[in-house]
Amino acid sequence: MSTPAEPARARIDLNVGDWRRVSPKYVVVVIVGTLISGVVASAVVTFLWLVAGWTLAWIALIAIVVITLVALVIAPRRARSVGYLERQDDLLFRRGIMYQRFVSVPYGRMQLIDINRGPVGRMLGLADLKFVTAAASTGVVIPGLPDADAAELRDRLVDLAESRRAGL
Amino acid sequence: MTEPLPGGPLSTAERAAERFTDGEWHRLHPATPLLRGGIVFIAVLGFVLSNLRERLVGLFVGAPDYGGDPLDEIYNRGWEGWALLGVAVVILVCLGAFYLSWRMHTFRITGDTVEVRSGILFRTQRKARLDRIQGINVVRPLIARLFGAAKLDITAAGHDANLQLAYLGSSLADGLRTDVLRLASGVRAAEAQARAEETAGTAPDGAPDGAAGVPASRTAAVGDLVNRRVNEFLAPELDPNAAPPESVVKIPPMRLLGSLLMSGFTVFVIVVVILTAVGAATGWLWLALIVLPGLIGSASFYINRFTKSLRYSIAGTPDGVRVGFGLLSTSNETLPPGRIHAVQVLQPLLWRPFGWWQIRINTAGHSREKGAAGQANTTTLPVGDATDVERVLALILPGLATEEHRDLIRAGMTSRGRDDWTGSPRRAAWLRPFSWQRTGYTSVDGAVLLRHGFVWRQLVIVPLARLQSIKLEQGPIDRMLGLAEVDFHTVSGPVSPRLAAMDAAEGIRLFERASADAIVAGRSDRSHRWGESA
Repeated sequence: MSTPAEPARARIDLNVGDWRRVSPKYVVVVIVGTLISGVVASAVVTFLWLVAGWTLAWIALIAIVVITLVALVIAPRRARSVGYLERQDDLLFRRGIMYQRFVSVPYGRMQLIDINRGPVGRMLGLADLKFVTAAASTGVVIPGLPDADAAELRDRLVDLAESRRAGL
Repeated sequence: MTEPLPGGPLSTAERAAERFTDGEWHRLHPATPLLRGGIVFIAVLGFVLSNLRERLVGLFVGAPDYGGDPLDEIYNRGWEGWALLGVAVVILVCLGAFYLSWRMHTFRITGDTVEVRSGILFRTQRKARLDRIQGINVVRPLIARLFGAAKLDITAAGHDANLQLAYLGSSLADGLRTDVLRLASGVRAAEAQARAEETAGTAPDGAPDGAAGVPASRTAAVGDLVNRRVNEFLAPELDPNAAPPESVVKIPPMRLLGSLLMSGFTVFVIVVVILTAVGAATGWLWLALIVLPGLIGSASFYINRFTKSLRYSIAGTPDGVRVGFGLLSTSNETLPPGRIHAVQVLQPLLWRPFGWWQIRINTAGHSREKGAAGQANTTTLPVGDATDVERVLALILPGLATEEHRDLIRAGMTSRGRDDWTGSPRRAAWLRPFSWQRTGYTSVDGAVLLRHGFVWRQLVIVPLARLQSIKLEQGPIDRMLGLAEVDFHTVSGPVSPRLAAMDAAEGIRLFERASADAIVAGRSDRSHRWGESA
C-alpha cells in the first residue's frame, strides 16, 4: 500500500484557478430531490411491510431513513461541488464528492446544447444545461444555473462551437 | 418528377458510373424489386397456389365434387380461358407493382450530396453530405451476386444514418463508390474528370447497368454476360483498379478455425456440457433435453462465423482502407481516411500461446450490413499474428504506425511494464493484481496509446484529433490508494478507451495534456477532406 511519504489520500484537483459555481439556490433542488426519493422509497418499503407482510422491512426502512438524512446533510456540499470553467478552447466541468469527476469538452466538439427545467428548478428560476457531443458517454450537465445565465451561456457556447466546428 | 434517362449506349460501365454522378436523378438495377424480397414473394405465392389450387378451384366452381386433378377439371369444364386470364392478371399486377416501385426509387449524386427517394404510397427522401460520409460498403448477398447486382451502403455518422442504393450493377457499384469517394475527398472537379477518363480507358468491362441497356448484338451479349458473371463470382473481392491486387493480410483457414475454437464461447459451451453431463448423471435428465438444442445451435454459430470470415482481405486505396469478407455473400467496406476514432489491439488469454491478435475500431457510422462473422463492421482484423497487426495498423493509422513507432506499438501489445511508458504505482496492485505493471500510457504525434489487461491484453490507440471529450474520475477506493481513472470519450463502438488505476498525479497530468493536445490536433486535422491537401 501507499507509504506515508506519498501524498496518496489527497483529493484530486486541477490547478486551473477559480471554478464558477452554480446558483446557491440549487441546494434546494438537491434537497427536494433527496426528500422525494427518500419518501418514495420509504413508501414502497412500508407498503411491503404492512400489506405484503415482509417482516424484515423495518431494517430497510431504517437504512433508507439514515441514507436520506446523510444525503440531506451533505446536500450543500454536493451542490457546491458542481462547478464549471470556460477556458480558451474547452469547457471544464466538475462534480461529485465521493466520486469526483472532471470532464473537458472542446468547444468544437459540442453538437448541441439543451436547456432543461425541472418543476422545482422552474419555481426557483433555475435551468440545467446539457451538452451533447458525438460520444454518448460525455454526459455533461451543468445543473442549477439561473435562467438568464443559462441562456447567455448557451448562446455563447453555441457561437464558440460554430466558430471552431471540426469534422467528426 | 423524374427526369427521363438520357439514351445512348455507353462503352464501359465505368463511363456509366461517371454518368451517374452528374447530379440528375437515376434509377437502380431493374431486378431490384425481385432482389429486395420479390423472389421470396413469388416463391411464397407459388407455394400457396400449388398447395391450395384444389381449394381455389373449388371456391370458384362451388363444391369440390370432382375427382382427379383440378387442372383436368378446368379443362373438362372449358374454363381454360378464364384460368389463363386470372393467371395473367396476377402476373400483370405483380409486374406493375414491381415496375412502379422500381420507377419510384431514384437516386442522385451531386457535387456534395447523395440523395435517395423511394416508396410508392409513403415517400421517403434521404440526403447525405458527401464530406460527412463515414464509410462505403459494397455488399453482395448470394442471390444478388448470381444476378450480378450489389448494394451500395453509404454510412453517415449516427444511428441508422445510412443511405442504401440497393441494387446496382456489380461493377457499377464499384465505379460509383470510387466516384463518390473522389467527390467526398474534395478533389477539384477538373482533376476528377481527368482521372475518370484515365480509369475509363484502362478499366475492364463490367456488367451493363440497368438503364444503359445491352449495346452489343444479342447472342454475343448473352455469352459475354455469362462469362462476366462467372468472372465476377470468382474474382477476388478487391477491384484491381482501385487497390493493390492482393490483400496485405491472409488468414489461413486453420488459424481462423483455431481462433474460433479458442474463444470465450467455446469455454462457455464446455462449461455447459460439463454441467449438463453432471446433471444428467445425477438424475436431472430433463436438463440435457433443454440444453441439447442450444448446443446444436452453437454448431451453426461456428459454421456461420467461419464461412463469413473466410476470404478476408484488407488493402489500402487512395481513398481509404478497404476491408472485404465473405465466401458466399460478400461485403467490402471502404473507410475513408480520418474516420477511425479509436483502435484496439486485443489478445484474449486463450490466444496468447498462438500469438494471435484481433483489431477492432470505433467509427461514427455503422453500416446496416453485418461484417465478418455477423459481428458489426468494427472488427477490422478477425485474427492475425503480430506481423499482420503491424500491416493492418499501418493501413488504418498511416500517420502513426510507421517504422519508427514499431517498437512502441510492440511494447504496447506485449510489454509487461518497466519501460519508458508511464506506468501505474505499485499500490495499483490492489485493484489490478495481474496487470498493474503493464498498465500504462504514452503519447506520440497527436495520439494516445493505452495498454492494460491481463486476461484481455490490449493496446488502445486514440487519435486525439477525433476525441470528443475526456474525463478524470476518482472514486472512494481510488482515493484511499491515491489512484485515478481517465476515460477518453469517443463515438460509441466496441472500444472504450480508458485507463484505470493510475497514479492520481499522473492522471491529472494525462488529463490536462490530452485535453490540450486534443484541441491542437482537432484544429489541424483536415483528414475529412483528404483529397484537398494532396
